[in-house]
Amino acid sequence: MRIVGGVGTSHVPAVGAAIDLGRQEEPYWAPYFEKIQPARDWVAGHAPDVCVVVYNDHASAFSLQLVPTFALGVGARFEPADEGYGPRPVPTVEGHPELAWHLAESLILDEFDITIVNEMAVDHGLTVPLSILFGQPEAWPCKVIPLCVNVVQYPPPTGRRCHELGRAIRRALDSYAGTDADDLTVAVVGTGGMSHQLQGERAGLVNPDFDAAFLDALVADPDTSRMRPHSEYLREAGSEGIELVMWFVMRGALGDEVREVYRQYHVPTSNTGNGLIVLEPVDG
Amino acid sequence: MERDYDDIPGTYVFDGRRSRQGYALNMFCMSLNDAAHREEFTSDEAGYLDRFDLTDEQRTAVLERQWLRLLQLGGNIYYTFKLAALDGLTMQDIGGAMSGMTTAEFSDMMIGGGRSIEGNRHRGASA
Repeated sequence: MRIVGGVGTSHVPAVGAAIDLGRQEEPYWAPYFEKIQPARDWVAGHAPDVCVVVYNDHASAFSLQLVPTFALGVGARFEPADEGYGPRPVPTVEGHPELAWHLAESLILDEFDITIVNEMAVDHGLTVPLSILFGQPEAWPCKVIPLCVNVVQYPPPTGRRCHELGRAIRRALDSYAGTDADDLTVAVVGTGGMSHQLQGERAGLVNPDFDAAFLDALVADPDTSRMRPHSEYLREAGSEGIELVMWFVMRGALGDEVREVYRQYHVPTSNTGNGLIVLEPVDG
Repeated sequence: MERDYDDIPGTYVFDGRRSRQGYALNMFCMSLNDAAHREEFTSDEAGYLDRFDLTDEQRTAVLERQWLRLLQLGGNIYYTFKLAALDGLTMQDIGGAMSGMTTAEFSDMMIGGGRSIEGNRHRGASA
């Protein structure tokens, strides 16, 4: 097993719609899709067998009836969700049950009390990052292990907890001894953000200075920046900008030292500041 | 109890207080994930709402599409957006509606870089 790298990316549904409806060349979208091309090239070059995608559900698989803080998909397949306006026309997501069950068992015994999910639909939070990385293939070119984090019902888990979960995922991956363990390559994708606020009189908030500082600190000093309190995300990055805690799961899985391969930042995509970063582990 | 985010202007943090207040309202919105329910709601909005234990205010806010009021009554944006999408509205449409702007004004603001953080950190303050 080898971790080839990690990607942090926004998962804004409008990007998915632009891809689904063939609008990438339109003046509004073309600059954004130019900026993400290096990330597409990077992922195509590394062709990971498995992507662990850290994302949040937006009232699709989970409602207020049941709100797991961390939910890991161990099933063989996950269908695109109907979020209220029909499912996205994207391939079914194929899981990796053997590795996912290993992660579930390892994480729980490592004292992360995750929820095990055999069946769930996956919404734009998971499928838009796949479209960003892979475009519109007939089938997704990798297996996907969904790790769903609650960031809709306040409070989400802390940045520190997410970072430690990422580290535990790394320990679990390193101890994987499944049938395909020798040659398996894995990427970890943290999604959501960047600064945006969808709701209220402050809707439309974008804070590029916060986003740039977030990326710098995520790369160089996650042990400090993971301590940023929730109220600072809410105030500085907008009420939905708090999704950024999920990027710390990705960062934790890459080890202490990382090499920044690429980053882009673009405003606006829909109502958001849109960021993407590609990192590689230095120790692996 | 006061929270350290209560002074953020124009922001309805979906904490336990709001979740309790808006549970039925949000679960109504959640039901719109099902195409058959969308059809039933569309054909008889008031009758469909009878299935949910909404307050009179919440009921009115749904029927009259009062987007900001829905948040003030415990709605969560990801839930209330399902109702907006059913009406064919986008996030720009309701972002504008919640902040007192037309869709065109709101879209132009986003293309210009979005709403600035300056003057929008604390209620009643300019920094």
